[in-house]
Amino acid sequence: MSAPPNSVSAPPAAPAPRTFKLAWARWEYLLTIAIGAVFTANAMRSPYFLDPWTLSDATFNFTEKALVALPMALLIIAKEIDLSVPAIIALCSVAMGLAAEAGQPIPVLITIGLCTGVVAGALNGALITLFRVPSIVATIGTMSLFRGVAYGVLGDRVLKNYPPEFAYFGQGYIAGPISFELVLFMVGVLGCAALLHYTVVGRRIYAIGANPVAAQFSGVRVDRYRFLLFVATGLASGIAAILVTSRLASTRPSIAQGWELEIISMVILGGVSVAGGRGTIAGVALAAVLLGLVTFGLGLANVPGIVMSIFVGALLILVVAIPAIARKLAARR
Amino acid sequence: MNAASIRMNRRDLGLAAVTLALLVAVSVRFPAFAQPANLLEVFDDTSILILLALGQMSVLLTRAVDLSVASNVAFTGICVALFNQAFPDMSVAVIVIMALAIGGVLGLLNGVLVWLLEMPSIVVTLGTMAIYRGLTFVLSKGAWVTSNEMSAAFQNAIHVRLLGFTVLSWLAVLAVAAAYFMLRFTSFGRRFYLAGGNPAAAAYVGVSVGKAQFAAFTLSGVIAGLCGYLWVARFAVAYTDVALGFELQVIAACVIGGVSIAGGIGTVAGVLIGCLFLGIIKNALPLIGVSPFWQMAVSGVVITLAVVLNARREHSGGRQILEAQRT
Repeated sequence: MSAPPNSVSAPPAAPAPRTFKLAWARWEYLLTIAIGAVFTANAMRSPYFLDPWTLSDATFNFTEKALVALPMALLIIAKEIDLSVPAIIALCSVAMGLAAEAGQPIPVLITIGLCTGVVAGALNGALITLFRVPSIVATIGTMSLFRGVAYGVLGDRVLKNYPPEFAYFGQGYIAGPISFELVLFMVGVLGCAALLHYTVVGRRIYAIGANPVAAQFSGVRVDRYRFLLFVATGLASGIAAILVTSRLASTRPSIAQGWELEIISMVILGGVSVAGGRGTIAGVALAAVLLGLVTFGLGLANVPGIVMSIFVGALLILVVAIPAIARKLAARR
Repeated sequence: MNAASIRMNRRDLGLAAVTLALLVAVSVRFPAFAQPANLLEVFDDTSILILLALGQMSVLLTRAVDLSVASNVAFTGICVALFNQAFPDMSVAVIVIMALAIGGVLGLLNGVLVWLLEMPSIVVTLGTMAIYRGLTFVLSKGAWVTSNEMSAAFQNAIHVRLLGFTVLSWLAVLAVAAAYFMLRFTSFGRRFYLAGGNPAAAAYVGVSVGKAQFAAFTLSGVIAGLCGYLWVARFAVAYTDVALGFELQVIAACVIGGVSIAGGIGTVAGVLIGCLFLGIIKNALPLIGVSPFWQMAVSGVVITLAVVLNARREHSGGRQILEAQRT
């Protein structure tokens, strides 16, 4: 009986403590190789792929989702999860759409989008910390609540009375083919990486994920961290809502439907353990780029979106299954 | 079986009282709702939810979760619908066996990954949820199979009435009885509680947690497969988005019914009442005049509230062992 009997908490890859750093460096190394391979395959598939503007288009495939994946990674490292993020995005988009219809200026739209995200995230956080509801259950509930309100308010209408300048956030470029979204993504990566890897806050997030009870007894205010992480995820969903609404220049209640698959896939593919306590921001960022390139390549090959989700789902399973198989084989030897 | 063992626990009784109060409240305002014919119709409408929730309950008991059930329903549904379209003369028995087998294989795949590779079930079933749904699209090529492309026997079999109940309703009743018996009186069923309630203890007494999870996932898959046929026959249409998002309702019904997401706790009676609670709300909302667009929001509020009030707390991680435990 060498394997731990509780398979739910078994991490996908369990490196020995001494090789901890090395093993994760290797995982990010693998991701980089995979990005190179997919990049080359795409370039061979289409002669237009290497055009700077095509590459710029490809980044739009992951920037919005990745911005949510970053705080989601922190949340999963802290042993929580938020399935309601696409519904929060829809709610924020509807709120902004209604404000735009009432003729509000852009700063007000942005504020409303961000505040809606924060409030939604705070509601999730409150359910989990105050009422002690397991996060998966709470966010399944709020998922139908937020999406339901979006449908209820909007019905079969489409909101598209956005001011013309609003298009900048999702369609604008800072310099040449470098889009506003891409810059925002990079800022998010640097910010989250600094927070997680170089501050006491980050160490505490790891501590909470590795062992919440021990963290509590060590003086970490576990519930406050959990609450703030849910608020941060809500805020990031608000930012993503601004970007996607601006890019599509319209709001439907079904906006961002099914995004949780790709967002959570980015996090898991990035080497974050769903059992908590493990993972790096660099891995998540690389996984976001990889997933974006894969779906963009499939798009080049005229693969419909729902068939793409087969690939994403298979990738999600394989990325956890392969280390597990390797571990099994190593244990047998 | 003594009287104590069939007495429902306090939580189930509380939920039953709330559900009954809900039913009375709706019936006072709309007397037609309480007509036996309508109540039978509501039960018929809730039957698929009950079946799926019983499968999900088995999985939740073992400290896992099956997010792929709704995609399984869609895939199996489109399979049997296409089969029926191609071979309209095949008997419904063949269709049912096919549905059970296809659903079982899909559930078995989840189970194998969770059991043999010890993968987290949320990752596995989030992945297979997307894969099964995508395969549904590939298989149907995005097209619909409509009622005039299905044989009459295929559609009517589940509507046949025996002693007032439809076949569909009887299936739910039988499943409740079978689940109650299995989870309470067979070692096969007790293992689910043991595996989820205390995996370490289960391993020490020789019960494989992985095998219990494998069995639960396969069972959930078999039920989902059957529901694939039932769903397509009941709504007389099969397409890619069949039962889209229904897994949330199924899990919500279990949680409202008092099943712990952390495993090991839950009763069949609770799950049944949880399903009826959601079923009554779903059927009452249009009657009260809530627009279809707001119905999702209202049920979202209800699910969130019910979950807050009734969700089991997660197992507390720490336990003091040096002081005498309070009893």
